[in-house]
Amino acid sequence: MNSQIAGRAWKFGDDISTDHITPGRYFHLRGNLEELAKHVLEDADPSFSSKVKTGDIIVAGRNFGLGSSREHAPRVIKIAGVSCIIAKSFARIFYRNSFNIGLPLLVSNTDEIAEGDNLRVDFEKGQIKDETKGKILTFSPLSPFMSKLIEDGGIEEHVKKYGNFKVE
Amino acid sequence: MGKTISEKIISEHVGRDVKPGEFVVAKVDVVMAQDGTAPLSIQELKKMDMERVFDKENSILFIDHASPSSRKELSNSQKVLREFSRKTGAFLSDVGEGVCHQRLVEDWVNPGNLVVGADSHTCTSGALGAFSTGMGSTDIALAFALGKVWLKVPETHRFIIKGELPQGVYSKDVILHIIGKIGADGATYKAMEFEGDTIENLSMSSRFTITNMAIEAGGKTGLIFTDETTRLYLEERGRGDRFREIKSDSDANFENILEIEADKLEPLIAFPHTVDNIKGISNIEDVKIDQVFIGTCTNGRLEDLRIAASILKGKNKHPDTRLIVVPASREIFLEALKEGLIEIFLQAGAAIESPGCGPCVGIHKGVLADGERVLSTQNRNFLGRMGNPEGFIYLASPATAAASAIEGKIADPRGYLG
Repeated sequence: MNSQIAGRAWKFGDDISTDHITPGRYFHLRGNLEELAKHVLEDADPSFSSKVKTGDIIVAGRNFGLGSSREHAPRVIKIAGVSCIIAKSFARIFYRNSFNIGLPLLVSNTDEIAEGDNLRVDFEKGQIKDETKGKILTFSPLSPFMSKLIEDGGIEEHVKKYGNFKVE
Repeated sequence: MGKTISEKIISEHVGRDVKPGEFVVAKVDVVMAQDGTAPLSIQELKKMDMERVFDKENSILFIDHASPSSRKELSNSQKVLREFSRKTGAFLSDVGEGVCHQRLVEDWVNPGNLVVGADSHTCTSGALGAFSTGMGSTDIALAFALGKVWLKVPETHRFIIKGELPQGVYSKDVILHIIGKIGADGATYKAMEFEGDTIENLSMSSRFTITNMAIEAGGKTGLIFTDETTRLYLEERGRGDRFREIKSDSDANFENILEIEADKLEPLIAFPHTVDNIKGISNIEDVKIDQVFIGTCTNGRLEDLRIAASILKGKNKHPDTRLIVVPASREIFLEALKEGLIEIFLQAGAAIESPGCGPCVGIHKGVLADGERVLSTQNRNFLGRMGNPEGFIYLASPATAAASAIEGKIADPRGYLG
């Protein structure tokens, strides 16, 4: 895993559901993730997919990703180029799905980050530097297994590497 | 130290005693995916060259979300499920057979099982004393092939529900009350265990409604102990021999305990656009309703249809309100037909759709127009959930739904009962 990620912040509020990220009306596009990604987060910010650039970072409030088990939600966020999501908290299935596909999620107080801020995440130091504001935030340390999933590039690569789930 | 239900079941499937917070690898008993999530699972299995299932009878593919298919892209996805089933021997529950969670409790899940499914409402089966949880397509792909999953053992939150339910108040109102009280993330990552005399007196059908909605508080699973009601249910389903007693030890450790006085509840409504936005029926202004939907894995069972039919019998739905009824499974549809419930719905002006998820997922069979309001017996009211982000979704019990269909606005069911 790259020990650092840098990108522009896109700010969202609390309770962003998998229906905001991948609306049910695009159910028929689930077999075509590139096409579905053109609608990513459409019901939270209709122009998000045209604005987001590779490496950008989503910053949100509480309970990001609540709702459905659809793995399509973190997948289209990743396909759109997002390198990481920072939120006050995440819904459980979304959290698991994201690490399984190699998309890191970080838990931190996001109140002081504004839309458009340039952020730099340092995984080794456990810090998020808001370069626009010149402030440093900390994030809750990842458990060793979640870190391993990101290092391995997701659960499929992990299973290929170890032939099993290596939780210890 | 004693164990909670989920600690017992996970320990048995790991092969040693486990504690909350530990990461473990557990064997699974039942694995499932549905037409919205299985295509991605199958794609990943092909990519990994692992197109196989660990146990043919207990690896199940359900076609219930877009069932029957409403467009060619979905038809092609469903074809992938049928081909995978033919190739691997995985069981296929095809168009018209019903919603995955209802079908699972009818024919598959037993107490003590560990069940994983690529659908967030997989927690429904927990009412049978099974550890049952939703995951994504890749987790489920690996579970199909390897027969195991990685898990973090959850802490347990205990909900003790006491008192006799007042007339017009059902298990749906109890779970809406709990979610309203603790919030849509009030039990994130936690196992929610429901007990108390209110739960003891509930039918299996009503218990499924409660565990179905554990995910709406962020729960990893919802669990209910087993008892005579569980035993009788399994006997009726031809699985009496699979009954076992399972409950938390008296010295088990609960991270949180909440007591609920069910005898003080009134019918409740979840207002748009979050499930924890709960209001009591006596505290709301007139809310005009354009569509009423009775069905789903939450409240599409025979007991629910009986309650709705008892209110709608001999009456007509409001002329400005559409009424859609979808039995949760083919078996429920058939029983409702034999009992005359379907006739009551039709005479009241309802549209009956084939068993499946119906309009709940926003694909077909009742997508809202801009600005319209629906009162539904489903579990989730997120913005855009029913296919239109300009629509408004209200959640309630089948009784409240039936009364509202008659009055064309959110209505108190208590005036129609007994």
